[in-house]
Amino acid sequence: MVNMETFILIPGRTSNQGCGISEGKFGPTYQAEIHRLLMAPVDMQRLEIASGQRVRLRSEHGQVDVAAEPAKGDELPSGLLFIAYGDLSSRLMGGDTHGSGMPTSKGIDVTLEVLPTLPLV
Amino acid sequence: MQRTSFDDYCPPRSSDPVTMTTLPEATTDNELRIIEDATCTFCGCVCDDIDLHVKGHQIVKAQRACVLGTAWFLNHEIEDRPACLIDGQPATVDAGIERAAQILGNARYPLTYGLSDTTTESQRIAVSISDWIGGCVDTTTSVCHGPSGMAFQGVGEVTASLGEVRNRGDMIIFWGSNPAESHPRHFTKYSLMPKGMFLPGGRKDRTCVIVDVRKTKSTKAADIFLQIKPRKDFEALWTLRALARGLELDAQKVEDETGVPLSVWQDLMERMKKARFGVIFFGMGLTMTRGKHANSEALLLLTRDMNRYTRFVCKPNRGHGNVTGADNVVSWRTGYPFAVNLGRGFPRFNPGEYTASDVLARGEADAALIIASDPMANFSQPARDHLASIPYVALDPKETPTTRQAAVAFTVATYGINVPGTVYRMDDVPIPLRPAFDSPFPSDLEILKGIERRVRTIVRERV
Repeated sequence: MVNMETFILIPGRTSNQGCGISEGKFGPTYQAEIHRLLMAPVDMQRLEIASGQRVRLRSEHGQVDVAAEPAKGDELPSGLLFIAYGDLSSRLMGGDTHGSGMPTSKGIDVTLEVLPTLPLV
Repeated sequence: MQRTSFDDYCPPRSSDPVTMTTLPEATTDNELRIIEDATCTFCGCVCDDIDLHVKGHQIVKAQRACVLGTAWFLNHEIEDRPACLIDGQPATVDAGIERAAQILGNARYPLTYGLSDTTTESQRIAVSISDWIGGCVDTTTSVCHGPSGMAFQGVGEVTASLGEVRNRGDMIIFWGSNPAESHPRHFTKYSLMPKGMFLPGGRKDRTCVIVDVRKTKSTKAADIFLQIKPRKDFEALWTLRALARGLELDAQKVEDETGVPLSVWQDLMERMKKARFGVIFFGMGLTMTRGKHANSEALLLLTRDMNRYTRFVCKPNRGHGNVTGADNVVSWRTGYPFAVNLGRGFPRFNPGEYTASDVLARGEADAALIIASDPMANFSQPARDHLASIPYVALDPKETPTTRQAAVAFTVATYGINVPGTVYRMDDVPIPLRPAFDSPFPSDLEILKGIERRVRTIVRERV
């Protein structure tokens, strides 16, 4: 059975992402930060997702695979996901700005699918 | 040295990469120099009290800088990269300017975009280029506080400088904004901690309220934290507007819609009314979420409502170091802050039509000039796909996904670290830059002036 659930994704700014921009966007700090999805620990437990396990996010406009990690304490309520702005979050945005010039870049409806863990070689 | 060509200063790099040995002699010394009151241009706080310790071409310490400022100053050394790449191959800067001018001068619907991480002097020239080539000029404002810019035009802005906030603000509200991560010195330099002229107790004299959909790093600083439902900012702001007008509300409906009990909103409103000088700082939690300019408009109207009871102001927390300058410069030059089309020989403003994200996602632009920004990382996939399919020119001190795919990519000196000029703090106060050391790379201003000169000729010849 595929483990799948709908969430609201909030892309946003983080200190590490900001520092990573100055260090260089192809450097490890920036790349690590934009490829990390934060989830409420309670959601991870319910969906049996281990820290660092890859999940697939699908929006109306695209899909990405990303490693999930638990948010600290109660930083995120159940049903909400967070990712730092970057390539992955942009892939989930649509091109339409609804006449505002601004694509809907926060509060994106996504479906989260838990990807099977790869067997150890 | 009198320069007659960019390459007198910045020679071709194909067989002569930029290395420390090719730098001007006077700048290779290792003697420690202190640059006092340098200006950090990483974020919109534009802190101008940083003492930089400089050895040769490296900043080794940035005193008083925050984590973001320290990373900014310590990671902008001279990189060993060509000053210009044409189709990915090293080229002379003069050849790059010629190719850039040909691309832009012969385009039918060119786009100029970015501008928020360069000096006002460069921004001014970029608008001139857009005027000559009859294109759209848009800034990163359109994908940060562009919706707020639309709301300002709709309902106005009751505002103040950060100095007034520091000296008077006794109720500080952050809405959809996380300054602890995006503007780390905001609390200590301007909004919460300072002992102000009318707030001798500093933090003790202020109340801090944070409204957000999640518990950010900033919430630790709050006296009151209101966690609202995602995408319900509009409803929450209109709840407060209704309370400010003394209207009766259905408690169940308010809690169902906003996620916060009516009694909590009532308590907040009473505190807001009792404040002597209230301030609402708002972030992209409002502008990037469903509702966008309607969210910002609701917040601006709430601020206006509160002035029936006390003094209340609001201010967007701006992200990039000179994004506020971009708004100012584009406004001086065209009458509008962003999303401007100059194709008919006079400026037309229309977010949604002339904004970069739309012009690209709809596949309209046939060439682009990208200055100090990275749409290939931050734009939607349709917009990125189209940008990758057209010839464009990119100026950036660092290698980015945007510079990697540019037809012409210039490596430029970093503003504030190598280049002097003016930037605007998020409260529209102009601040001078005090650079730390020279760069072998040309500045944005030099490149843009070169393109402008050449584009003028191309356009005149075409006519």
